[in-house]
This record gives sequence, C-alpha cells and structure tokens, in this order.
Amino acid sequence: MPVYADLIQSFVLLALLVVLVRPMGGFMKKVYQGEPTLLTPLIGPCERLLYRLCGVDPDEEMTWQRYARSMVLFNLVLGVTLFAMLLLQHLLPLNPQRMPGFPWQLAFNTAVSFVTNTNWQAYSGEQAASYFTQMVGLTVHNFVSAATGMAVAIALIRGFARRKTTAIGNFWVDMTRGTLYILLPFSLIAALFLVSQGVIQNFSAYRNVPLVQPASIEKPKSDENGNLLRDAAGRPVMETVTVKDALIPMGPVASQEAIKELGTNGGGFFNANSAHPFENPTPLTNFVEILLILLIPAGLTVTFGLMVGNIAQGRALFGVMLLLLVFTFGVLFWAETAGTSLASTLGVQGGNMEGKEIRFGISGSALFSVATTATSCGAVNAMHDSLTPLGGMIPLGLILLGEIVFGGVGSGLYTMLAFAVIAVFVSGLMIGRTPEYLGKKIEVREMWMSMLTILTAGVTVLVMSGIAMITPSAVASMANPGAHGLSEVLYAFASMANNNGSAFAGLNASTGFYTILGSLSMLLGRYVPAIAILAMAGSLAEKKYVPPSLGTLPTDKVPFALWLTLVILIVGALTFFPALALGPIVEHLTMTM
Amino acid sequence: MKDLKPAILMLIVFTVICGGIYPAVVTGIAQAVFPHQARGSFIAGANGREIGSALIGQPFSDPKYLWPRPSATPDSAYNPAGSGGSNAGPTNPGYLQTVADRVKSLRSAGISGTIPAEMVQASASGLDPHISPAAALMQVPRIAKARNLSEEVLQRIVAAHTENRQFGIFGESRVNVLAVNGVLDKLTP
Repeated sequence: MPVYADLIQSFVLLALLVVLVRPMGGFMKKVYQGEPTLLTPLIGPCERLLYRLCGVDPDEEMTWQRYARSMVLFNLVLGVTLFAMLLLQHLLPLNPQRMPGFPWQLAFNTAVSFVTNTNWQAYSGEQAASYFTQMVGLTVHNFVSAATGMAVAIALIRGFARRKTTAIGNFWVDMTRGTLYILLPFSLIAALFLVSQGVIQNFSAYRNVPLVQPASIEKPKSDENGNLLRDAAGRPVMETVTVKDALIPMGPVASQEAIKELGTNGGGFFNANSAHPFENPTPLTNFVEILLILLIPAGLTVTFGLMVGNIAQGRALFGVMLLLLVFTFGVLFWAETAGTSLASTLGVQGGNMEGKEIRFGISGSALFSVATTATSCGAVNAMHDSLTPLGGMIPLGLILLGEIVFGGVGSGLYTMLAFAVIAVFVSGLMIGRTPEYLGKKIEVREMWMSMLTILTAGVTVLVMSGIAMITPSAVASMANPGAHGLSEVLYAFASMANNNGSAFAGLNASTGFYTILGSLSMLLGRYVPAIAILAMAGSLAEKKYVPPSLGTLPTDKVPFALWLTLVILIVGALTFFPALALGPIVEHLTMTM
Repeated sequence: MKDLKPAILMLIVFTVICGGIYPAVVTGIAQAVFPHQARGSFIAGANGREIGSALIGQPFSDPKYLWPRPSATPDSAYNPAGSGGSNAGPTNPGYLQTVADRVKSLRSAGISGTIPAEMVQASASGLDPHISPAAALMQVPRIAKARNLSEEVLQRIVAAHTENRQFGIFGESRVNVLAVNGVLDKLTP
C-alpha cells in the first residue's frame, strides 16, 4: 500500500502530461506559424515594435546558411556580453553582498554554459553571483538560449514540411516569438505561483538571523594573516567556535526559477538548486517544476505532428519518449527505495535518503531526477552523486542517450528526429527499400547530419573522460574513491557535452582542467548538432515530396515506435556500455557483494 | 555581417524585457500579493521575536529541542550561506563510517528500534527544515524528560505540526523542526 501511495503523484503527472501536450503543441504551432492566438492582441504590437527597433523584416525568409549564421552570431554576442558582465560583476549595480568579479576561467565556463542552455555551474550561486548577474545576465540567457533551441527544432520541422524551397524560416522571428508568446507568459504565471508557495522574490541584502540554539563547532585555527596553523605533527590546530547567527541569502529567485525549469536550463539561483527550500519549498512546487520541465519538449512532438500534417507522426515520438520515461523512473524509484546496505547492518529504515529532502521523499526526488536528465534541464532536487549506484546510472544513462526522452526545449525533438532518420535508414537497409521519412528521401547528406548530431556528444564524452583519467590533476578532483570517482568524471562530461548541467557534484569542477575542457565540450555538444540539424533542414526543404506507396515504412505506427526505441537503446549501449561497466555497474557489484 | 546588427539589438531588447521588465513585474506583484512568502517566510517565536525562516532549518543539539537531520553545509551544519549536500557516494568508506557514528550517537541518546534513514543521512540542501513524523515522535521521550513535560502534550504538538501529503498525494508527511522548537520555547522557556 505505501508504495502505491508514493506513486500516485507520478501517475497524476503522466496523466496531466498526456492531457496538456495536445493544447500546448497546438498553441506552439500557431505561434511559430504566425497564426493568431489568445495572446496576439496583447503581444502582437510589441512584437512588431521589436522587429522595427532591431531592423528585422519579419516576412523575409532565410536559407539554412543564413539561419545558422544568425543563430551563431546571436549566441556569440550573448556569450561575449555575459563573459564581460561576469568579469566586471564588482563594478555593476544590485550587488548588496559586494561579490567580486569572476576569475576569467570561471567567467568563460559560465558564459559558455548559459549560452549553450547547459547551465553547468562551477560556482556557488549564493556565494559568487550578484542579483544583477542572476537577473540581467543569467535569467536573460535562460530565455534566449531556450528560444534558440526551439527555433532550430522548428526550422527542421519546416524542412520536412516544405517542398522544393531553400527557405526554412527567419531565425529572429522564431526566436522572438518563442520568447514573447511561449516562454514569457508561462514564466510569469509560474513565477507568481511559486512565490505563493514560498519561493522568495526580493532585492534585500542577505538577512542575518540569530540562531535559536547557538552551535559550537570545531574549526581549523588560522593566524592573523589567514594561514592555517599546524601542530608539530603537521595536523591543523582546531579551535571551538560558537556560531550565533545564520546568514540567510535573499534575491529575485522566483522569476529565475520559473524560466529555469520551463526553458530546461537548470541553473540554480542557489548552490543546492531545486533542493533549496527557497527554490522549491513544497511538494506542490516540486510537482509543478517537474511539469514545467516536461511541458514544452513534450508539446513540441505535437507541434511537429501538426506542422508535417499528420499528428500521429508526433504521437509516435511522444510514445517512445513516454515509454522510456516510465521505465527509467521505475528503475530509479526501485533502486532508491531498496537503498544501500545500511538497513540490515545498522538498523536504519527508509531507503536511501542521503542527498534527498523530506518534503519530496524518494518518489518526488526520483521523478525530478528523471525529468531533469531526460530533458536537458539539469536542475536537481536531490544530489545525484549520493544516489545508489544503479539509481545514479539512470540520470547518467538518460543524459548519455542524448536527452531525447522529451529532451531539451527544441534540442530534444531535433535529436530525436535525427534518431528517427537513422531508424528509418537502418530499417530501409534491412527490408531493401529506399529510406523515406515523412515523404522525404533520406540520402547521404541527411545521414551525415544525423550521425553528426547523435555522435558528437558521445565522442566528446568518451574522449574527454579518457583525457581526464590520464591527467593526475583531473583525477585529484574526484570526491569519492574507486568506481564512483569514475562515475563522477563520466557524469561531468556527459552533462556538459549534452548541455544538461546537473552533476555528480562532489567532483571539484572549478579547476582549470574542467572549466576549459568542459567549456569546449559544451560548445561542441551544442553547436555541432544545431548546425548539422539546420543543414539537414535546408537539404530536406529542397527535396520534392514522395507520396507514400505500398513499400513505404509507416512511421506513425506502434511497430516503428518500438523499432525507434530499440535503435536508441542499441546506439546508446554500444557507445557507452564499457564506460558504464567500469563506473556504476562495478560499484553496484562491490556494494552488493 | 549585416546579421550582426540585429544580433546586438536583439540582445539589448531582450535584456530589457527578460532581465528588467519581467523580474520587476514578478517582484512588484509578489511583494503586493504574497509579501510574507516573497520576503522569506520568516516566523516569530516566544515574545514575538523573529526566530528565522520556516523554510530554512537550524542546528539543534540540546536534549530539550527537537533535533533536525544531519547537514553537510560547509563550515557549520545548517549554514544557509552555503547550501548543498555531502555528495558522498554510497560505497565511500569514510561516509559509511560517518553514518555508523551517527547511528551510535543516536543510540547513546536513548533511541531504540529502527532509525529513520533521514536522521543519519544528510539532506540535499543541507537546510532541510523537516523531519518525518516518525523521526519526531521517537524524540518525544527525551524532550519530555528535559523539559519536564508529559509525553502526551509533546505528541500533540508534533501532531499539530505534522503536514500531510499536499492534497493527499504530493510529497511526504513532515514536521517542521524550527516551528516545533519555537512552540516548545513558548511553553517552557
């Protein structure tokens, strides 16, 4: 009985997702096709004014090359600006705690991280980032990096839907519409709901509160110059200190929290991210945040189906995603409920609660962990580093599969479509037919671009992790010994190369090695696939439509959905099984033996 | 390079909209409609003095108080200036020793029977304001003795501060440690 009660919220989530995906997808289709929606009377004039201010002709269509160039230029300008903002943080306003500027390596890593929709954080929010940085810097990137991913996905859908043209849309229009009509209104409502539950939203300085019971702690003693004192044996000299107050951080959290989930960004205002009670105060906020993470990526499958003129095509992809989500959640929930060996040896009961919050419990934590790594969100409400070995392999595995289980906003759909192209091609080889998908012949160029999309992140993860293993300073960053240490490094590069942003956070990732190689991984993992997808969109748009015949593989039916699932799992297993065997699988075996 | 101009202008416009207007609107409405929550859900204890935020846990070790979960925040437990978990892996020998030590110290404080996992495992934020009802009830005899109160009174206080699953389905039942301790101090300072 208790297990079923734990699981009710997951069933409610799935049901709600299935219900909401249709209206959400339909709404997004209207937005991107410029059809009137409920919001048009309000936002339409602002949109037109914005184009005029920026010198954009909204009716001008772009080739894929120009679309890609606009995207890259925009991201470049964004990244350089954020980099400068982080370096000069101490000179900018809204900095009541007088935070210094970021060191350049960390500023570079953070700028790349937020531009690429990764939101990997090698800094601690409440200790390093001013309100100005969080709001004018990071929040803005949460919007536009999400809108960029969505725009690329829409361009690819147009490639499938259009015939004999070189035009795949206008990047500025797609980016603007995604932000103004979809991300902003939903974020505004979500942010206010979050505040009602207890998420803070203010610009006060951090509050110093006297503790009800002052605490005595042992602390290493240092001399007046701040150097640690050591005794004759070289051990640090300890002193007892009484802590009388707690310094409670404040800030405009809710406005960032809403878009952090909705745009599958995931960069927390605080170090503890969505585990922090000020970011995620109640079980209900937890549920809503999970829903926000999944809403747009799930809805885009319907948008896709509607735009290519057959909603069942979108439903097939949605089905694949849902299947993988339910399966991975089941494994993670089971692994964490079973817990570690503590129960039998020490008389401890209740599964694995290390790194989890009471208000969410195991069910609410497992649901969040799956949602955040199935998509490219990367916000966490539980510490993934402290999951059981098999439990921890679930988020890691979901990221390594390429974040196609709903995936990042836009990036999830376009990566899934690349997998669909490959599935069509492989099945075409097996049954001896020319592969076609949605009436478009799949040829050499499409295969190249799909392979680039799918393999870039995987190759990056394995090569970078390999380099880390032979670099002593990178190995020294591990927080846990043995196989778990390898999992930490593998997870770090998986997360960065797939633009997720969550971490096995014990790993000290603020060293030069991880900031620089990590930045490179994030850049490769974002722009190689995005540009490849736009190239594929361009080439598809130019093709003529081939009407389905008897020999065409129907891609909107259950057999294809199962086939696609299999292809995804095979590609993932072939690429990553050796690495996973040395990390989480070995750790599981050592724990149970 | 004619696409560079819209890139720069778009950045400026969206910085104003998403980084200025949007957070300002959220702040304005939040401060007007939900001022208590927007400012951090601070609560008052005995003699009306502010004792902290209901959402941010505090360290308690005195036998007369309800004890919270272990916390792995830097410098000191429940240090809100540095939220975070232990990030200890499940097979880390040092971590397993820490948990065993916590079990031992709970046992020496008079706790018998099975121990709820959260009382020997640190939370994700290091600031978890809650413990489970079972973890609260097992501490009742100790607090009763330290404060010279009947166990029934304490059980009633714990029950009154137990929040059930939200709408019966979301999350877990929980007891707010700071809120209970605030009430205890009002009762017997």
